[in-house]
Amino acid sequence: MADTHAETVLFVRDTMLPQKEPPLSTVGPLGWARGNLFSGWLNSIITIVAFLFVVNLIAHLLPWFISGTWNANSLTDCRDMMAAAGREQGGACWGVIRERWPQLMFGFYPSELYWRPVLVLVLLFVALAPILFADRTPTKMLGFTMLFPFIGAWLLWGGTIWNPITALLGFVIGYFVFTFLSRVVNAGISLFLAAIAAFVWWSVLSGYVVSGLSAIAPLAIHSVQSREFGGFLLSITIGVTAIMFSLPIGILLALGRRSDLPLVKALCVGFIEFIRGVPLITLLFVASTLLNIFLPPGTNFDIILRVMIMTTLFASAYMAEVVRGGLAALGKGQYEGADSLGLDYWQAQRLIVMPQALKISIPGIVSTFIGVFKDTTLVSIISMFDPLGLANAIRADANWNGIYWELFIFIGAVFFIFCFSMSRYSMYLERKLQTGHR
Amino acid sequence: MSDTAFDTTPVIAPSALKVSDEVAIEISNMNKWYGSFHVLRDIDLTVHRGERIVIAGPSGSGKSTMIRCINRLEEHQSGKIIVDGTELTSDLKNIDKIRSEVGMCFQHFNLFPHLTILENCTLAPIWVRKTPKKEAVETAMHFLEKVKIPDQANKYPGQLSGGQQQRVAIARSLCMKPRIMLFDEPTSALDPEMIKEVLDTMIELAQEGMTMICVTHEMGFARQVANRVIFMDQGQIVEQNEPEEFFNNPRSERTKLFLSQILGH
Repeated sequence: MADTHAETVLFVRDTMLPQKEPPLSTVGPLGWARGNLFSGWLNSIITIVAFLFVVNLIAHLLPWFISGTWNANSLTDCRDMMAAAGREQGGACWGVIRERWPQLMFGFYPSELYWRPVLVLVLLFVALAPILFADRTPTKMLGFTMLFPFIGAWLLWGGTIWNPITALLGFVIGYFVFTFLSRVVNAGISLFLAAIAAFVWWSVLSGYVVSGLSAIAPLAIHSVQSREFGGFLLSITIGVTAIMFSLPIGILLALGRRSDLPLVKALCVGFIEFIRGVPLITLLFVASTLLNIFLPPGTNFDIILRVMIMTTLFASAYMAEVVRGGLAALGKGQYEGADSLGLDYWQAQRLIVMPQALKISIPGIVSTFIGVFKDTTLVSIISMFDPLGLANAIRADANWNGIYWELFIFIGAVFFIFCFSMSRYSMYLERKLQTGHR
Repeated sequence: MSDTAFDTTPVIAPSALKVSDEVAIEISNMNKWYGSFHVLRDIDLTVHRGERIVIAGPSGSGKSTMIRCINRLEEHQSGKIIVDGTELTSDLKNIDKIRSEVGMCFQHFNLFPHLTILENCTLAPIWVRKTPKKEAVETAMHFLEKVKIPDQANKYPGQLSGGQQQRVAIARSLCMKPRIMLFDEPTSALDPEMIKEVLDTMIELAQEGMTMICVTHEMGFARQVANRVIFMDQGQIVEQNEPEEFFNNPRSERTKLFLSQILGH
């Protein structure tokens, strides 16, 4: 060293230092605790107090939750069991969940047919897969997703198979009318006429076709009345329908509200403002009582269908505003970019505008979904037996009179699982769509 | 002249480029108002195929608005605009037809941030022109090579520099095989270093005989590529001439003032 560089350089390194482990106090659990829990005397005190509080809380609550009363068949049973075990402070009486499980899940659905709602639930997940995980599932599965509402409704309500088939035919007729007419007149008029054709089919013709076909080929499964639906089956049926249909309807309403056509705009604004300005309960009361006054006597318009329509409309109005927020966040340049390439309105919306606007709106959309799902409990007010309605019915039973916390904790926990899954999925989706731009 | 960006590029004589007699765009007596504000006043302009026109003028003079009228991003209220023999009216079919024949590059690129570079370039050919996907990808790669960024094809616009994004925007327009290209201040949002790479691409395009209308403040580009320079002020065409004459011998007082301000430092 000295002989070569002594005159020009004061120091030359001849061996490189190896990498060393960082001190234990800055990494690992210890480092984390130091940084986050004990970073100063005030924080240390808060940590200790909070820790003691949590421990105390758990120590009091846990024994209540862990009580060996799963086999009790009534509240008195429960109390006897706990007295026998020498537990003076009491505990949860989970026997009610076990004993009433089928009812909480399916309401008054015939017990020999429980496989049908279970199968529908499984099929629901199959149908959702290509939507939720579009990049990992074959696109062909979307065909099944399209058919699912018909299959699901048929399995749940039963009856002749010709019902879902003719309902599906209505869409096919509408589609053919549209493609045929759109060659002759413009898209708006042909869409309108196609909707009328489908409506005429559903309301007038399909009834005769169904009875005719059932006479020839009576392919039917045991039919279940709507009043037999209840429990989470009812909540999920209404909730999933409202969620499925509110997004597309909401998108159309949001586009309509931004439309240049004054009539379309006025209709959409009127609809959104009216529905948002009215409590959901009011709409449900209209669905359960008032609608019957307006409908011709003798028509049997299913109560669950009416409630589903009202909930869907309610959710769509909120959805429209959430989507409109996403649309407003999009720069004018995106529309101009799409226009300048010659994309027409619907192409621009589908390929350029919506993918970006919906991505921005994901948190709001999922919030609305969660809200709608929880709002399905309101149907208990129009005497439908959703889990909350059932909870009241169960408590009216002499065996379980006086039980309170256990049912509501259980129902709350099930709702939480559903809502939390939706929330986690939305976070996953946001991360996946994040492409490191904007 | 302060256009150092062009010291190294060989100057092509504007007259060397062929201009045909065929009319590409004809604007006659066109007027436009924003509310009660008269933005464009009695615009008359005929553009022949193969012409390279630079439109200059102070901000707010209506230059952008004028070229945006050509593909109907802005609507004119009176007068006639005929593009490639098709008159622009409120007929949506005509508008989409003209837009697919007229490419446009914007100041802020307007790339689609949720699509990769390649998807940006293939989207319109696939959906508007109904080109098979494979062919669209080949065309897109061809033009991305031409603007010298084929290796970025699978990135997203947000991962590219401004100059690269503007070149992608040019490639995206070219994928539609347009007969006319409009440039709306393509270099105004770019760093000086990136301006050159975009202008080089535009020069190359001009040399291939593309009909181009450019709103730009790059006077060096105008001098080098344009066969006509149009000066606009207060919504009207004040002066138009060949670049040499325009820069060396401006006629109107307003043009002289503008040129002294833009070139004087």
